[in-house]
Amino acid sequence: MSKVRVLVGTRKGAFILTSDGARKRWKVSGPHFAGWEIYHVKGSPVNPDRIYASQTSGWFGQIIQRSDNGGKTWNTPGSSPEELKSPDGMPKGESNKFVYDSSPETGKPLTTHQWYDGTQHPWEFKRVWHLEPSLHDADHVYAGVEDAALFESKDGGKSWHELAGLRGSDTGPKWQPGAGGMCLHTILLDPSNPNRISIAISAAGTFRTDDRGKTWKPINRGLHSQYIPDPTAEVGHCVHRIAFHPSRPNTLFMQKHWDVMRSDNAGDSWQEVSGNLPTDFGFPIDVHAHEPETIYVVPIKSDSEHYPLKGRLRVYRSRAGGNEWEALTKGLPQRNCYVNVLRDAMSVDSLEPCGIYFGTTGGQVYASADSGDSWKAIVRDLPAVLSVEVQTLASPG
Amino acid sequence: MIRVILPPHLRTLARVNDETELEVKTSVTQRSVLDALEARYPMLRGTIRDHVTQLRRPMVRFFGCGEDLSHQSPDAPLPDAIAKGSEPFVIIGAIAGG
Repeated sequence: MSKVRVLVGTRKGAFILTSDGARKRWKVSGPHFAGWEIYHVKGSPVNPDRIYASQTSGWFGQIIQRSDNGGKTWNTPGSSPEELKSPDGMPKGESNKFVYDSSPETGKPLTTHQWYDGTQHPWEFKRVWHLEPSLHDADHVYAGVEDAALFESKDGGKSWHELAGLRGSDTGPKWQPGAGGMCLHTILLDPSNPNRISIAISAAGTFRTDDRGKTWKPINRGLHSQYIPDPTAEVGHCVHRIAFHPSRPNTLFMQKHWDVMRSDNAGDSWQEVSGNLPTDFGFPIDVHAHEPETIYVVPIKSDSEHYPLKGRLRVYRSRAGGNEWEALTKGLPQRNCYVNVLRDAMSVDSLEPCGIYFGTTGGQVYASADSGDSWKAIVRDLPAVLSVEVQTLASPG
Repeated sequence: MIRVILPPHLRTLARVNDETELEVKTSVTQRSVLDALEARYPMLRGTIRDHVTQLRRPMVRFFGCGEDLSHQSPDAPLPDAIAKGSEPFVIIGAIAGG
């Protein structure tokens, strides 16, 4: 029988929730890295026991953690005793060293972005928001960081190098931080085309490379954002999350600051599919594991009131790829609920029926084992949930 | 031996209890103590001072002998009591936030 492992990042540590395929009884382990902000935890699709975690602190900066046994034990890559020394005898300890490429050819050392006061500001590394392990190699992993840039490691997280073509692109000076900082929060690796990666940045928009990260182009045509001087500008849109179904990588779904959007040409153009949603503000968006046109969002009242409408927590599902939405309420609090669901805090398993999971800033992780028809909290009262990832595991034997 | 006290989160990260003792062969300064600390515990690199600039992170402080040593030059000799090991070099996270 299959198993499910849910990787939860919170404001004060990581938690790992496990169940068999029935998804009725859950074990909770944690907190791992107690007291630290865990922005994201994600396992390798090549080797599910290889898990990467972004551990961060306003005091002590960024730490990358890695587990090679499904989260039982963790290490900072490159710091195990046999790996401590570089050839010159000095410690490496570079797994948390994220240094922007400043070479003239790629990083353009004078590149700046727009600051809150309208002036230009140099890039400053703050933290890793999202880790995306490669589809083909467990030692290869991408990191989306704040200030927005894309890094990669090809040695299991021991060392990191920027894919500087993104930040060095001509639009960089127009990027600006949103309220949460200028973060690269979404990384989509195209399973049908290893040269193609799509990423999203708040508040710059969505970008795509078709040459493994050397060059990038903005893919924001069709987005309309009233909160920027030119609502249809090439960049400057506050994209909260993008998602696709692996079997249809050219069909992208987006939850923008306001508006739910869809593209059927890998982001070259977008159409709004908010339809009958009661509010089209929100953070996460995800796709059913077996139905590429079934998508999920969690509508939030507004950008100044980050909680569900009327205190009723509702997931909305569209089985038509957008426009026609139904409220999913069974098992979710329908009164006095004022939590938020953050952009990286929704995920799906690949069992039948598909399981949907999301975490709240109130510390609950809700799960549905029937594609969203009904829900229950599989854990409550954790610290505020920042991210949720799900692994579907085959049981040995 | 130089005695160093780490803040709790960094003790967990470095997997040490209470104090750690370091041998510093050169003049005992903030820089030489931190160099020795990071050589012993590479996972601490970047958590106390910036990887590239080597500047102290803004919300980290260095105390010793009842004084805040944070704003002294990283190359200034530390007090004799720290150099002799009778007093610890204390690294703390500033008290702020939750």
